[in-house]
Amino acid sequence: MSQEAKIINFMGWRKTAATISIVLLVGSILALAVRGIEFGLDFTGGSQIELGFDQPADLGTIRDVLSDEGLENPVAVFFGSDSEVLIRTQDALSDGVVEQLEEDVAALSSGATLVDVRNAPSNEVQFSEVLVFAGVDEQTLRNANLFDADYFGKTRITTEGDQVKVFVQNALDNVYSRYLIRSLEEATGASIELRRSEFVGPQVGAELRDQGGLGMLFALAVVMIYVAIRFQYKFSIGAVAALIHDVIIVLGFFALLGLDFDLTVLAAVLAVIGYSLNDTIVVFDRIRENFRKMRRGTTNEVINTSLTQTLERTLLTSLTTLLVLVVLFIFGGELISGFATALIVGVVVGTYSSIYVSANTLAVMHLTKEDLMPPPKEGEDQEEVLP
Amino acid sequence: MLNRYPLWKYLLILVVVALGFVYALPNLYTPDPAVQISGQSGSVEVDQALVDRVREQLNQADIDIKNIELGENNILVRLRHEDAQMQARRKLQEALGFDYVVALNLAPTTPEWLEALGASPMRLGLDLSGGVHFLMEVDVESAIETRQEINADEMKSTLREEGLRYSSVDVNDEQSIVARFRSAELRDQAVELLQDEYSTLVFTQDQNEEGDYRFVARLSETAVAEVEDYALGQNLVTLRNRVNELGVSEPVVQRQGGSRIIVQLPGVQDTAEAKRVIGKTANLEFRLEAGPDTMVSMKESFPYRSETDRQRFGSAELERQIILTGDHVANATSSFDAETNMPQVNITLDGLGGTKMHRATRDNIGRRMGVLFIEHKTRTDYEINEAGERVEVRENYVEREVISLATIQSALGKQFRITGLESPAEASELALLLRAGALAAPMYFVEERTIGPSLGAENIQTGLKSVVIGLGLVLAFMLVYYKVFGIFANLALAANILLLVAVMSLLGATLTLPGIAGIVLTVGMAVDANVLIFSRIREELKAGMPPQSAIYKGYEQAFVSILDANITTLLVAVILYAIGTGPVQGFAVTLSIGILTSMFTAIMGTRALANLVYGRRRNLKKIWI
Repeated sequence: MSQEAKIINFMGWRKTAATISIVLLVGSILALAVRGIEFGLDFTGGSQIELGFDQPADLGTIRDVLSDEGLENPVAVFFGSDSEVLIRTQDALSDGVVEQLEEDVAALSSGATLVDVRNAPSNEVQFSEVLVFAGVDEQTLRNANLFDADYFGKTRITTEGDQVKVFVQNALDNVYSRYLIRSLEEATGASIELRRSEFVGPQVGAELRDQGGLGMLFALAVVMIYVAIRFQYKFSIGAVAALIHDVIIVLGFFALLGLDFDLTVLAAVLAVIGYSLNDTIVVFDRIRENFRKMRRGTTNEVINTSLTQTLERTLLTSLTTLLVLVVLFIFGGELISGFATALIVGVVVGTYSSIYVSANTLAVMHLTKEDLMPPPKEGEDQEEVLP
Repeated sequence: MLNRYPLWKYLLILVVVALGFVYALPNLYTPDPAVQISGQSGSVEVDQALVDRVREQLNQADIDIKNIELGENNILVRLRHEDAQMQARRKLQEALGFDYVVALNLAPTTPEWLEALGASPMRLGLDLSGGVHFLMEVDVESAIETRQEINADEMKSTLREEGLRYSSVDVNDEQSIVARFRSAELRDQAVELLQDEYSTLVFTQDQNEEGDYRFVARLSETAVAEVEDYALGQNLVTLRNRVNELGVSEPVVQRQGGSRIIVQLPGVQDTAEAKRVIGKTANLEFRLEAGPDTMVSMKESFPYRSETDRQRFGSAELERQIILTGDHVANATSSFDAETNMPQVNITLDGLGGTKMHRATRDNIGRRMGVLFIEHKTRTDYEINEAGERVEVRENYVEREVISLATIQSALGKQFRITGLESPAEASELALLLRAGALAAPMYFVEERTIGPSLGAENIQTGLKSVVIGLGLVLAFMLVYYKVFGIFANLALAANILLLVAVMSLLGATLTLPGIAGIVLTVGMAVDANVLIFSRIREELKAGMPPQSAIYKGYEQAFVSILDANITTLLVAVILYAIGTGPVQGFAVTLSIGILTSMFTAIMGTRALANLVYGRRRNLKKIWI
């Protein structure tokens, strides 16, 4: 080999690299343990609405309005620009109305409560929900004028036994978003457009979270098996060590900065697994080839040669991928920024880990030539390659 | 040595790229804003006369029409401007009345020759088109409870008939039937008797603290799955009916997993309206056919639901008195008569329903009994209010249609069947309608997402921009770094995107925002194969190998790495698809297709170009790489 002199002594730095990796891992795990992952709506359940203002919005005013309206821990943040605001709460939006109504009826007569909110029966085509009140009579409720037609639409009040039923045209969550927008318009003087509204039930959120975690574990298992079959078990341990390393650091990064972790970010993390694996496999492929080709040389020398030979490719591919990811981050809009961030971190860490985690693991496990004795049918190729 | 491809390989690549071009092409034609008019039911005629009426109405309102197409059972009106869409819809709904549904639509402008080849543009996901997404949970538990209560009722009467005295038969919180007896003997006799009849139940016997001898009967796992299927199917049918009422051009109503249904309504913004209409159920009524001596005030006339019956018989006259309603129907399935092998529908009623049915039919053998399918619907009317403005008025009405009219052969009880059906398809349709009208399992909204139209349009813009800029940067980089071979790689990359879009269009895949992100990511990663090959070639050149051999070696040796690396990434993408929903699946789909197409273009495509340019030169001294 003519370029043997130029071989970079990667493995000479392996102790330093291992220290860096361990520090990063411990830092990530600490961040995950202390701060935890800021799960997005997809996983926690709850409601969020994105509002478009026709002028720059003032978050302070918005937060004041929200806390006046009795939402549970409302969060209001800018979403992409200062005229777009994302409002999130842990509850269903309808809870805001329910709470308000409960307060109002309790003030009407003592012991008055809102007992239940149901879907309207099938023959009530005009109405979407039925509110059932107890401890209050129909006339009092009518006089109190609690159901503003601007928000509730049409209503019908009837008495059934000792309960009063109020049929409303608009479902309570619609009532609430209308009401919220109106209040915000009054407080800020801006005209507001509802750009997006989402509600995810708590059960659905929990299921998605479980599914996501399982999916990730499953992906790791499948990768391990595939690499063990195509290469050898030491390689599969190296590959999976690198993947776990990458995933923990990406998650730690999200925990540290408190970035929202939603479904698209989960997709990105799985894509990171795919990408980092791609890198690792290319390096492994070279290591395997060189172990068979180089007759002399210690494990570390073979690994160093292989890493040097693949370095150009590793850096180039990471560069083109990073190029498009940065473009996505800058131009892709707010909905994609979490996705792009996860992948940018993942690609950087993945590139590093394919050199210093997966290859390093091989070195630690003392990979030998015997581990890679080619199966008989490949023996012929072997002869050709040897000089 | 020389690097040559046989002619067929060049041809294959040319054909594939040409096909890719053809099938990706429809995406370049921007769709027309349009309104689509269809009949409220199958019996409403959609013909040339209606086309003329539509044209006249729109001309009156000064709305620019691009053209009007008469389809099989709908009319598509293409408009020149988006702003005219709402106006046209309102005008037409007003003029045509309740018999027609007028929906907003985006009509693809794929030229005819492309359509003839089966080419069509990609569907846009809700995050790009705007619209409403609902996830509904069907309350399967309550469906199971209902089923068990019916079973418990039946058991009681069977036990009574057989003279086996029981202390109680109830359904407990775990949806199991618990029966108590005075002695172990009685209980064992009862179990023996019931076990044969209820093959879907698993019986266990025990004794409780008070000394009662009990058996517990719970539904077997397969039976639970059946009930789930049944409840879901029932709700799917009603949901489809309901969604059509909303006037959405391409609604999605789809089952997801064991107990959920996805409803996607592109273009719909008013969730309040959508929620009001969705999730309402239909009902059934069983009534006797009116005889010749029935008084006029005691009978009503109803149209048939099916088109063929309506043409043949028109309508049916039924008595006003209702024997029973759909709440008493426990089950309806289609099957074949064991003896005659003719299709039939088996109906099971609950205990009370069976009694009512028996009472009504025992004296009326030989007469016919009709089944009415009842739906509560809404329609929009326009009125002029005091201020002289036209306002929308929502009016609800009830639609009653005959789905079956059959002769009563004998006194009917809890279980009976409808025979004389013409085809298995007719039988399963009837069973489906009976189920849809039967006591439905309730549904809840567990997820709800609304995306405004402006946000959708913005997402398309930002997505496209990212693809263009990302692609531009990668192309420039490859050109600078690999020179002539960079051109090869760039051509391959362009072909890759073409193929990716073509395959997605052909598969009818839905393009979402994460899907676009997947395309951008593919652009970055697709060059990887070329980088691998080219750096291998450079290495061999540096090692002193002549160019032709270096090209050969580069492709040969990089292939295994590329294959291994791509297969593992593909595995991850498949897992992503399996665990993901909606947008994430969109990403997984683009990623997987991108991997496959990139292997073709990056390996075969660039090799063909390299062979074509350099492969024939016997004494090639230098290559630009």
